[in-house]
Amino acid sequence: MPSTSAPASLPTSSVTPALRIGVLALQGDFAEHIVMLQECGVEAVEVRTEAQLAEVDGLILPGGESTTIARLLIAFGLMAPLRARLHEGLPAWGTCAGAILLAKTVTNLDRPPLAVMDITVERNAFGRQLDSFEADLDIKGVPGEPLRAIFIRAPIILSVGEGVEVLAALPDGEIVAARQGNLLATSFHPELTHDRRVHELFVRVVEAARRTTTG
Amino acid sequence: MTSNGTNNGTSHHAQGDTATWTVKAGLAQMLKGGVIMDVTDAEQAVIAQEAGACAVMALERVPSDIRKEGGVARMSHVKKIKEIQAAVSIPVMAKARIGHFVEAQILEALGIDYIDESEVLTMADEVNHIDKHQFKAPFVCGARNLGEALRRISEGAAMIRTKGEAGTGDIVEAVRHMRSIQGEIRRIQSLRDDEVFIAAKDLQVPIDLLREVKRLGKLPVVNFSAGGVATPADAALMMQLGAEGVFVGSGIFKSGLNEPTEAARRKVQGQMAAAIVKAVTHFNDPKILAEVSAEIPDEAMRGISTAQMKPEELLAGRGN
Repeated sequence: MPSTSAPASLPTSSVTPALRIGVLALQGDFAEHIVMLQECGVEAVEVRTEAQLAEVDGLILPGGESTTIARLLIAFGLMAPLRARLHEGLPAWGTCAGAILLAKTVTNLDRPPLAVMDITVERNAFGRQLDSFEADLDIKGVPGEPLRAIFIRAPIILSVGEGVEVLAALPDGEIVAARQGNLLATSFHPELTHDRRVHELFVRVVEAARRTTTG
Repeated sequence: MTSNGTNNGTSHHAQGDTATWTVKAGLAQMLKGGVIMDVTDAEQAVIAQEAGACAVMALERVPSDIRKEGGVARMSHVKKIKEIQAAVSIPVMAKARIGHFVEAQILEALGIDYIDESEVLTMADEVNHIDKHQFKAPFVCGARNLGEALRRISEGAAMIRTKGEAGTGDIVEAVRHMRSIQGEIRRIQSLRDDEVFIAAKDLQVPIDLLREVKRLGKLPVVNFSAGGVATPADAALMMQLGAEGVFVGSGIFKSGLNEPTEAARRKVQGQMAAAIVKAVTHFNDPKILAEVSAEIPDEAMRGISTAQMKPEELLAGRGN
């Protein structure tokens, strides 16, 4: 194989490496997020170790079982390094179980969450699987027609702290999407649809964060 | 309402379409990369949740006991199911007999999160499976090959698990069934479009589902492995062969049986369960698998070799 380094004639200084977004791959629907990110044109990688975590510009915490993911974060020593990176400003987006893990306060989770986002979340807020549902939802920052939102044994955001923007709510008023700086939380699963608009929103957040830190 | 279990939507109500195909298949997508553990009572369910199970499966007796004791194996007692639901916050699945649509109706009325129409229980109907489209609760079904998998999906199953041979602790049938499904999918992908018709005829499956398999290169629903997983290495083997998650039955609660006390037994069963959960997450990392395998009890499930069993003792042939 010839050398893979760029020829000297290319102005390498102006070439920005592709955005690399990780998906926490301990358990859950991480493969669906990877596909959506690839369709957005960014490099998408599974994150299971501290070394993999260190190499990403942003991180999605997928849907799955929050009790399982919390235990695996603890068992493999990822809680502290992940929390540290999030405190440093690593952009992150949690869908469903991921939103639960980002929250400062969670009702009915038997392990402490990452507690980096100033929201209070209730697990399984609508009940069991029979109460899972899908509905059209308007989301701030996602222009165009409403997004088809899939709620599976979904949590809700009971309250948000100062500096947290509510992005979407259900007709009865439950908050189901919020943003605090570089952190996004949604109760629903855009990765179960073919609608990339929330993923594109997150990619823009990651892009802006990288410009700020490198520029 | 219970202190630990899921609330039943008393404070917040679904605002949209419930029981759609996306919602049914979607829960299985959330379970991926996880371990679903067979439990017979609330105490085992708590051990499973503590170990990191992504769901529990309620059944009357674990498969190895069904095998040993014989008799008719039915849906769990309703009281046991309610105790399990009250004890844990993770999804609770439960088994119904093949074709026993009233057991399924009862499980749906109890708010079960996924119904397993299972060959591990005694068959209630040797001809017809349950018409699973008629239910709001999603169903998972066993399959040995692509034909069985697609027939179950056409009946409404929103998740598939390869059957393996439950209650044996012998992984050989699970491997056979997973390789069979994956191999048949690869063969279908290699066909010309005008050759898919005869393939559907040979497999006895709907042409539309087979076309979707050809397009996707996988089943159109999540596919777990089941039946014979007894160690973290078994679980990782099934993941490397293409399983999207693993069901474990007797492998957990039939391990550590030589422990002197009930408490010691529970402890090692919890260790086995946690080790299998970790092995499924890091199924592709032999170094971590070696560490995790050192954490399991000395006494894994003893097991029985399926090669030494009589054909009538095998469960996987039920419901094809």
